[in-house]
Amino acid sequence: MCGIVGLFLKDKSLEPKLGDMLTDMLITMTDRGPDSAGIAIYGSEADGRTKLTVQSDAPEEAFDGLDGALAEALSSDVSIRVIDTHAVLDVAAGKAEEARSALAELRPGMRVMSAGDTIEIYKEVGLPEKVAERFDVRGMSGTHGIGHTRMATESAVTTEGAHPFSTGSDQCLVHNGSLSNHNSLRRKLRRDGVRIESQNDTEVGAAYLTWKMQNGATLGEALEGTLEDLDGFFNFVVGTKDGFGVVRDPIACKPAVMAETDQYVAFGSEYRALVNLPGIEDAKVWEPEPATVYFWNH
Amino acid sequence: MQTYDLEANGLRGLNSTLQEQNGGTNKTAWEIVNPKGSHAIAVGLDSPIDVTVKGSTGYYCAGMNQQATVRVEGSVGPGVAENMMSGQVIVEGDASQYAGATGHGGLLVIKGNASSRCGISMKGIDIVVHGNIGHMCAFMAQAGNLVVCGDAGDALGDSCYEARLFVRGSVKSLGADCIEKEMRPEHIEILKDLLERAGSDAKPEEFKRYGSARQLYNFDVDNAQAY
Repeated sequence: MCGIVGLFLKDKSLEPKLGDMLTDMLITMTDRGPDSAGIAIYGSEADGRTKLTVQSDAPEEAFDGLDGALAEALSSDVSIRVIDTHAVLDVAAGKAEEARSALAELRPGMRVMSAGDTIEIYKEVGLPEKVAERFDVRGMSGTHGIGHTRMATESAVTTEGAHPFSTGSDQCLVHNGSLSNHNSLRRKLRRDGVRIESQNDTEVGAAYLTWKMQNGATLGEALEGTLEDLDGFFNFVVGTKDGFGVVRDPIACKPAVMAETDQYVAFGSEYRALVNLPGIEDAKVWEPEPATVYFWNH
Repeated sequence: MQTYDLEANGLRGLNSTLQEQNGGTNKTAWEIVNPKGSHAIAVGLDSPIDVTVKGSTGYYCAGMNQQATVRVEGSVGPGVAENMMSGQVIVEGDASQYAGATGHGGLLVIKGNASSRCGISMKGIDIVVHGNIGHMCAFMAQAGNLVVCGDAGDALGDSCYEARLFVRGSVKSLGADCIEKEMRPEHIEILKDLLERAGSDAKPEEFKRYGSARQLYNFDVDNAQAY
């Protein structure tokens, strides 16, 4: 069992409240996933800049002087914003890949959670309420966001096993379900040079999407591909820089509810995650169809 | 009319209060406000009371119902009226997966659509869906009637036993050992009665009947009464 929440805003006036609304939705899904939680939030964008969100189990040492060291390695200015075990590094656009390689050398134990113009991913082990509090998710604003509460089944309860997973620049994936062919698919993807770090099934799902898109598929085509190539149960919710997508496997035994109004599109594993959204009484509420890709774009 | 605020007074209190009502109660009409998608609302009732839920519910609403009438003025999550024995459950909106699963008796009416696995392993319950149903409905259905005024999804009636399945619209595909069957006058009668009780104005003559080809299990006509 796991819980998923997602909120894609159409009404700009709600943007300052995105983190607050998502936090309430996330906490409601604690019963479905009390062991870890995470959130991907699509916030502000600065011209000519890109962001890397990094995580460390020893943040004080890892983040100390990191901006200076990275600036030197890139010969370009870098700023850092530390939030608990995570930090957002602001680097010049086009330097993300170079920064990633430099970080691997400068701080070998540090993990890159996400990279992109607007995305930031925060995830940790612990109750969703505590995780949201550590990163002050309530205070975050943005255009759309995806949250996940985890009850681990396929691999250990660790930060890297928590969701969302990054699938590429400004892209992320969360999953409710369990994949049964992840071992064979991991081997196949690794042979093709895809980097997969954990024993986690969802990481393979995320790597699969990345691999498909690297080979020329659009996100929609990559999601269609999951229906063919992944075996098991899945509800996937994906985020892109300006979009938000949902796909369920053909068996569709994992619960999903969607709601749409003039102001937003919302996803919840259960309806109770949506009950406090504005205007929910008059929203169009439905269960997404099995084996069908849904997508919304700004 | 008794009103119970679920948000203020909690689920345990609601179900124990409703379960305490017996044949002699004069508190026969109940209204539940602020359901907010909560699970297990009005479960295990066993008296002829009338319960209205003012909003949408989560999992297992009105499960194991006996005698009571439960009306939901909204949509319901998975497993509504699961294992119902008797009474009535009426959903004004849509129902999520496995509505009426394993039900032994009573009438379940869904005025919107029902999703996958509606009536799975039904054992005598009558289910009327005004809209469409999803895939794998009436899987291993043993007895009772499933009436669908709209369309049915994939694998309808897979491995079913003696349940009767009536669909007005299209059937995406039939499951293993499920076939279309002749509509005889007695079936028209059954349908007429169910549609009337479910508040549907669909005409019984517009429906097709589906059921077991009896190739997958050892059916003996001498045991027909057992169903």
